[in-house]
Amino acid sequence: MRFQAKVQVWLRPGIADPEGHTVSEAINALGYSGVSTVRMGKIISMIVEAESKESATAKVSEIASTLLSNPVLEDALIQIEEA
Amino acid sequence: MTGKSVGILVFPGSNCEYDVASVLEKMGVKTQLIWHGQTDLGGVSGLVLPGGFAHGDYLRPGAIARFSPVMSSVIEFAESGRPILGICNGFQVLTEAKLLPGALQKNARLKFLCQEAELEVVSTRSSATSLAETGQRLKLPINHFEGNYTCDVDTLNELESNNRVVLRYVENPNGSMNSIAGICSKEGNVVGMMPHPERASDDLLGSVDGLQIFKSYISNLL
Repeated sequence: MRFQAKVQVWLRPGIADPEGHTVSEAINALGYSGVSTVRMGKIISMIVEAESKESATAKVSEIASTLLSNPVLEDALIQIEEA
Repeated sequence: MTGKSVGILVFPGSNCEYDVASVLEKMGVKTQLIWHGQTDLGGVSGLVLPGGFAHGDYLRPGAIARFSPVMSSVIEFAESGRPILGICNGFQVLTEAKLLPGALQKNARLKFLCQEAELEVVSTRSSATSLAETGQRLKLPINHFEGNYTCDVDTLNELESNNRVVLRYVENPNGSMNSIAGICSKEGNVVGMMPHPERASDDLLGSVDGLQIFKSYISNLL
């Protein structure tokens, strides 16, 4: 089976996100009000061949924690659906 | 001076390997460049991971370099107690490889820094500062975007209480926790530092303070 996986990589809460902060200031400078907590992250998309959704999830989780994110700074969030 | 030789790792995108080699050779130490695809370290007595942009810094600095074939040999080399010096990108690779704790995140205020930095030698138990004096000031260039040293509180306490903070910025340029510019492993043989000692090793370059680091490093070659 083929699955479409998306891994979102976010800075962990408590880790400064100067990029998000700057974008937030730019949003405010444009005159939009009521917008806060802007955070920057990455999305890494991939197609995965696997027997089942569970095994695809296990594979992508391992890739996400060993390579795609650094647990000292980042959290990884995984979404998987059939391709 | 010594028959021992130093291996300088070269990843695709490393760019300070010849600078490091030139300084060490002038100091009488033989050097050899070791391509990241090799696993044989050629019997060297010490290793340097030079600055640059290993694998383009894609994903995160050091994230891909950590899985280069050479790194399994580097980990064994570290366990043998021989000295390893990671400079700038080399420091980032050592943290990704978990040979040193913590991580280097983007500089505070997202500023790329290319300037001279004044540093204080905090600990002399590392292989790169063993001949320096505690409190000694060194002027070394920094040249990085991701040099903001970050770790959890327990790690920070452990580093401080075990004298594992090797160098501190006198004025914190990048947001690093406790102004950390360099740290060492528990045993002191593995050292990572953001400043570039090889770029301050000749009068022509305006400072020879970097020689202090290399003198210490050479004295610890095994």
